[in-house]
Amino acid sequence: MTDRLPTNWTSRDDAMVESAIRRGATRHDLLRMLMASGVTLAAGGTLLGSATRAVAATPVSGGSLRAAGWSSSTADTLDPAKGSNTTDYVRACSFYNRLTFLDETGLPQMELAEAVETTDAKTWQIKLKSGVAFHSGKTLDADDVVWSLKRHLDPATGSKVNAIAAQMAEIEAVDPLTVKIVLAEPNADLPTILALHHFMILAAGTTDFTAANGTGAFTCEVFEPGVRSVGAKNPNYFKPEGPYLDSIEFIAISDNNARMNALLSGDIGLAAKMNPRSMRMLDGKPGIANYVTTAGNYTNLNIRLDLEPGAKAGFAEGMKHLINREMIQKSVLRGYADIGNDQPVPTNNRYFNTELEAPAFDPERAKHAFEKAGLLGTEIPMVASDAAASSVDMATIVQQAGAEIGMKLTVDRVPNDGYWSNYWLKAPVHFGHINPRPTPDILFSLLYASDAPWNESQYKSEKFDAMLKEARGLTDEAKRKEIYWDLQAMVSNGAGTIIPAYMGNIDSFTDKLMGMKDNPLGGLMGCAFAEYVWLAA
Amino acid sequence: MLRSLTFYILIAQRLGIAAVTLVIVSFAVFFATELLPGDVAQVLLGQAATDEAVAGLRQAMGLDQPAIWRFLGWMGGLATGDFGMSYVSNMPVAELIADRLANSLRLAAVTTAISVPLALALGIGAAMWQGSLFDRIVSILTISVISVPEFMVATLAVLVFAVWLGWLPALSYGAETGSIGAMLKAYAMPVITLGFVVSAQMIRMTRAAVIETINTPYVEMALLKGASRRRMVLGHALPNALGPIANAVALSLSYLVGGVIIVETIFNYPGVAKLMVDAVSTRDLPLIQSCAMIFCVSYLLLITIADLTAILSNPRLRR
Repeated sequence: MTDRLPTNWTSRDDAMVESAIRRGATRHDLLRMLMASGVTLAAGGTLLGSATRAVAATPVSGGSLRAAGWSSSTADTLDPAKGSNTTDYVRACSFYNRLTFLDETGLPQMELAEAVETTDAKTWQIKLKSGVAFHSGKTLDADDVVWSLKRHLDPATGSKVNAIAAQMAEIEAVDPLTVKIVLAEPNADLPTILALHHFMILAAGTTDFTAANGTGAFTCEVFEPGVRSVGAKNPNYFKPEGPYLDSIEFIAISDNNARMNALLSGDIGLAAKMNPRSMRMLDGKPGIANYVTTAGNYTNLNIRLDLEPGAKAGFAEGMKHLINREMIQKSVLRGYADIGNDQPVPTNNRYFNTELEAPAFDPERAKHAFEKAGLLGTEIPMVASDAAASSVDMATIVQQAGAEIGMKLTVDRVPNDGYWSNYWLKAPVHFGHINPRPTPDILFSLLYASDAPWNESQYKSEKFDAMLKEARGLTDEAKRKEIYWDLQAMVSNGAGTIIPAYMGNIDSFTDKLMGMKDNPLGGLMGCAFAEYVWLAA
Repeated sequence: MLRSLTFYILIAQRLGIAAVTLVIVSFAVFFATELLPGDVAQVLLGQAATDEAVAGLRQAMGLDQPAIWRFLGWMGGLATGDFGMSYVSNMPVAELIADRLANSLRLAAVTTAISVPLALALGIGAAMWQGSLFDRIVSILTISVISVPEFMVATLAVLVFAVWLGWLPALSYGAETGSIGAMLKAYAMPVITLGFVVSAQMIRMTRAAVIETINTPYVEMALLKGASRRRMVLGHALPNALGPIANAVALSLSYLVGGVIIVETIFNYPGVAKLMVDAVSTRDLPLIQSCAMIFCVSYLLLITIADLTAILSNPRLRR
């Protein structure tokens, strides 16, 4: 069997095939795709066998898993409102539940809610599932939900989603299993917003966060901030199918090599967010599997349209054709990325505009545009920093492409410390880094609306603002999608933000671990993996 | 009578100086922390730190009074043995530190028990047979060990012993520590890594101190009177080199409490060094101060013991 495998087949290709399967490719599509890249039919069948097996298998119960993230400190918290890193989210998803959650396609599904209904996207009725119990034995009712949502509005809570929660003008319990939410403005995305990690439901009046009293799949056995958390299977969990694991321990190993070594030596069963550079060590290792989630975080090159040189017509256009996206995807990000088309909605989002093409790498066309702007030969600095992941490498690639057409772009490398407050959003040409957000509305409101707090290129368009507001209140999916496609095209053509690639997040684990899926909230199934994965015998 | 009085005065002086040093360090750490940009409310809110949100959280956490008053309040509490509450996790600082300090001390104790006798034996041996093949091998090895950074030693050790050979666990914490064998396994790699760093320094300092005394006229006299080389070094030179050696040992060991951040990170060992780094990055004043006090006390304790050893081993001071 092995002699028929192409020798350069890596787990990256496995991931690519798996990802194609998840997106609905048939076996025939895949074989055609592989043949196009020179794999023989017989070997192709073998490869597909291994990839499809990982996607479809029957869950088994039992076993315990020790998983490691990459950051943990004394700031670790069991208060979902304050959560700020993976370990917090993993804990929150294991011990608590949200009203809704996002499935692998990004669609909101019901969790504690039985139904979330509205007619005008402004007044919402949330029906709760009955008979859901907290770990303490208390039964979940509408008061718990009202209290859990309202606390985000209180500054003393220190909630990370205070700004998002502010649109909930009225939150009240109608009866023990119904909650009414009235929004200040219509927003059809409420079910998705309620699926954010911070909106976990607590028992009303909870003030002690040294232990977790949630409704979640695991009960909190140990919580030592900055050290470890242990959860044991909740025997009274309201979802009949899960969880499969008997217990889960979550720790953090900040050093990438140490995390990889711990996985290779079998001390941990799962290592989150591996550096693409270390994949050469993990590729082809027996007993190790990798999973790539392209949730949509990206490093982008921002050209302020209100400052020189971006204010000159043609400069931004030239830069869009000067950046070699394929090279960035293949060599800087080692293939663990999707090529970007200069707008923030990533490829795995259901609103992603599949017809919008990324500007082609075309130095001649770029040269022509720079000539038109009168900037050919002018020295232009690009501010890059390790704070924006991979930006220094990307800048170097752009610089070299520029040198070949007589464009003097320089790489101005600045320290990590203070990058976000001193250079990001401020320098005329600089790099930024944006983390995944689940809806186009959040992305566009945060990054491209005229009054957006993080308007990286100072893109202003009244038409854009009006369409964004219209889409927000729409409950008609088809109409919404149409508007979001238009908005993506407007940003891609009009804004000065160049998004060369959506980065992949690589989780590596023992090949006994099954059931890992995509999630729009990021790697580790949007941090909710503990409840859904199982260990094969 | 007179002799013991001088001795007690010396000890009292040492302790007095130690107490003053603690207060000065505490203030220095406080001012340095105040110079760092941002406070705990801003750090906790991160990107969501709007002005109202920060103000609200500050008020809720009691951070709206001036920092110096909070600091003096904390010092007052410390005088009664209360380390205060961590701003970030809202847990008593004493509770946060207790487990981790025990971990750090355990690691330090094991490392000390192995590296000090080894280092002294090698250092004295190298001095005794100065210029011999043994001396050269020891010198070359110590210099190589000092020049290789410890993260390199640690990572290589993990790669070889945990990944390739599979003899030892890659993580020290959370590994089986039920039996003595399992505990030795779990501690082997961190102790080897730390042992490399601290012993190398001690070996070089010990060798230098002993050689210096060997070159003094009275030791030469002992040699001329027919004492064996071993007797000359152990009986005549070593007692006079004890003071500098004790200081070298103390300096190397003080590193084991607060300076082992790299080993703690690579072996995922929850000790106080990582706690201090966490505390600084979240601007958690009570926790920063408590950690600083612990590092300072352990350092002072070791230096004081070294000074006492020097005093006791010095016949002129004893008299």
